[in-house]
Amino acid sequence: MFGLGKKDLTLFLIVAVMALFAPFILNPFPTDSGMAQFNAGYPDLMQRFVIFGILAIGFNILFGLTGYLSFGHAAFLGVGSYAAVWMFKLLSMNVIPAILLSMIVSGLFAVVIGYVSLRRSGIYFSILTLAFAQMSYNLAYSVLTPITNGETGLQITLDDPRILGVSATADGGIPVTNLFGLEMRSFETLNIGPWAFQFSVGYYVAAIIMLISFYVAIRIFRSPFGMMLRAIKSNQNRLYYTGLNARPYTLAAFVISGMYAGLAGGLLACMDPLAGAERMQWTASGEVVLMTILGGAGTLIGPVLGAGFIKYFENIFSKINDQVVHAWVSFLPDGLENFVVAIIHPFVGKGWHLTLGLMFMLIVIFLPGGLVEGGQRISRRLRRKPAEDDAKSASTEPAE
Amino acid sequence: MSKTTLTRRGVLRTGAVAGAGVALPTIFTASSARAFTNEPTGGSVTLGFNVPQTGPYADEGADELRAYELAVEHLNGGGDGGMLQTFSSKALEGSGILGKKVEYVTGDTQTKSDAARASAKSMIEKDGAIMITGGSSSGVAVAVQGLCQEAGVIFMAGLTHSNDTTGKDKKANGFRHFFNAYMSGAALAPVLANAYGKDRKAYHLTADYTWGWTQEESIKAATEALGWETVEAVKTPLAQTDFSSYIAPVLNSGADVLVLNHYGGNMVNSLTNAVQFGLREKQANGKNFEIVVPLFSRLMARGAGENIKGILGSTNWHWSLQDEGTKAFVKSFGTKYGFPPSQAAHTCYVQTLLYADAVQRAGSFDPCAVAEALEGYEFDGLGNGPTLYRAEDHQCFKDVLVVRGKENPTSEFDLLEVVEITPRGQVEYAADHPMFAGGALGSCNPGV
Repeated sequence: MFGLGKKDLTLFLIVAVMALFAPFILNPFPTDSGMAQFNAGYPDLMQRFVIFGILAIGFNILFGLTGYLSFGHAAFLGVGSYAAVWMFKLLSMNVIPAILLSMIVSGLFAVVIGYVSLRRSGIYFSILTLAFAQMSYNLAYSVLTPITNGETGLQITLDDPRILGVSATADGGIPVTNLFGLEMRSFETLNIGPWAFQFSVGYYVAAIIMLISFYVAIRIFRSPFGMMLRAIKSNQNRLYYTGLNARPYTLAAFVISGMYAGLAGGLLACMDPLAGAERMQWTASGEVVLMTILGGAGTLIGPVLGAGFIKYFENIFSKINDQVVHAWVSFLPDGLENFVVAIIHPFVGKGWHLTLGLMFMLIVIFLPGGLVEGGQRISRRLRRKPAEDDAKSASTEPAE
Repeated sequence: MSKTTLTRRGVLRTGAVAGAGVALPTIFTASSARAFTNEPTGGSVTLGFNVPQTGPYADEGADELRAYELAVEHLNGGGDGGMLQTFSSKALEGSGILGKKVEYVTGDTQTKSDAARASAKSMIEKDGAIMITGGSSSGVAVAVQGLCQEAGVIFMAGLTHSNDTTGKDKKANGFRHFFNAYMSGAALAPVLANAYGKDRKAYHLTADYTWGWTQEESIKAATEALGWETVEAVKTPLAQTDFSSYIAPVLNSGADVLVLNHYGGNMVNSLTNAVQFGLREKQANGKNFEIVVPLFSRLMARGAGENIKGILGSTNWHWSLQDEGTKAFVKSFGTKYGFPPSQAAHTCYVQTLLYADAVQRAGSFDPCAVAEALEGYEFDGLGNGPTLYRAEDHQCFKDVLVVRGKENPTSEFDLLEVVEITPRGQVEYAADHPMFAGGALGSCNPGV
């Protein structure tokens, strides 16, 4: 079906089911229980899961297939966001033109940056992309303020022209991003017993686009073009000796990857119409690299898992404060309670970076293949099958 | 073999289709009809404290969080009641807000608009926060204020000094207690003219982002009106840590005053560089060379150490003030944490009290009712003297402090001395002042 192999189809369907049922899967704890803190099934975070999933899928097309480590992918994310917000300001609040423009603009950006950067490989390529991204960041931060609104970030306002829409709604508010009238921010809450599940329009729009991107990525991975990219990764010189010019292929991969990032940036702006310069900062670029490595570079599902992992820590762990920890361990005697809180304190709340860093170290050291490798090992344990069979588990396809 | 595969595939496909079928009808319907976003239904109400816990303003954020915890304690009737005793409004009785116990959630803004909005969104969508407050940067304040306007909750700004927060980016659901760059200029300029004379030539170094620009514009306008001349204004990148290359040209520019429109670590570094270059011992145009830092905070003063001595600036509030409100707040903060609060802590504490009081007076958590109760509200006893929340732009008007770095500090907290308390009348401006023009409050949004 859809021109996919059996394994790919299974994987695709698993991802599709997970994406559609995410509001249930991510909300395992009843709303009023103490564990509700760990629920991730609210619209904003689910949207971030799939949007950064798209970003990581795109990054993986470049890094996982060609081995070119771009340290400037955040630039495309930022450019996509700015393009989308400008579309909201000038044309209409419909998300379709915004998404299209964000992909086009980031694609053009990628052509320019890629054309220059791809003349070098390895660390030099990484540094060049990093330099371009920092340049974009600084331009957006101060020099191009009329276009980007600097540090404050580009926002939609009541006096935007919006040729195909209204500047302000009838009751004096700013109009909302929508898909032919379906408001991105509207959601429906389904109460089943003590559970509350939120179904957000914005999430499902983003999830469907993520599934399309995922499908395209599978097709690229399995195509002759994907094979060429892998050949570049394994030995570029060999390709040149056989009379093939690798650069058009790498440039194409770079542009596709950049357009994925632009799409993610555009979607971010659709869910929340604001574009800030810090989206382009080098830390944001580094985060994409972390996501991909954490999940498993070169695998199809890995980057999506990695994106979810990092966003989960950023949004859930950073909100656990001492008060919450005290509530967890309140059954202990006072002295012991304070001791336990003091132990946990550095790892939650403002210490979420520390926890994430430790997890990253553990994963890189013990599971070099990322979360995907962890999954493979577990399924191998469970199935106890001979070695040659489990090298390829159903949920993954290593790049090499 | 193929048979089992087909079945599995069939099962998955059916599952996917069924899932989509279940999900689709629910997502395309309008949201449930409630009067306003996150109406508190149980015996408690949740406030969202969104402060920088990591990044350049983490110190301010930590102090803000302490103030919020103290405010919640006082609202729920704990502690010694702090400013509730001195507040001119007696609506709050220490029994929570409208009888509901106050609870709170915290988040990390990272001083990034994106992260701040994500954190605020999770408070609104997941934790059911009815009000968001905090922040230590104007960029973040403007971004979160916009979000709260869209989501239909009240935003009580924390430390934000840019004119834009209640100027071109003002919103009906957003309120600011802190003072702004215009007020700094208006309060500081007469003191500068008295201290340094009216025929000075100023050289500005400005952090290259919105707050820096509005401050430069405000200080320039205020000092030029008194006869000063601006020789040059140079923008410095926000991430700059070494300002030597920016200080060197100052010496030969003909200027005799250096104005540092920097905040936080930026200001600490630029001031240190300027002092290292010996600017303060220099003579220019036959006068002593002077340095001015328009926006001061105690946390910055501590970072700059010795260099801050004798330097003039402005601040929203200082713990050494002697009014009843300040004394009560400093006492309960000091008892709980062992040191006096910063101006960031003060403004955040006051904002929480003002919100709670407005809800109590309005008799409802409805953002529109709360906004109405805050608009045009006159109060006293919160440390700044008689204060007005102006209805036209949701900006507080109150006295502004002009301070100087102390020559002989008695403790590590006693770094600033109050030179003058500029009366409110002198820092007021029309709501349509050109520095604040270009925005509109819009109408209050109670959400879905």
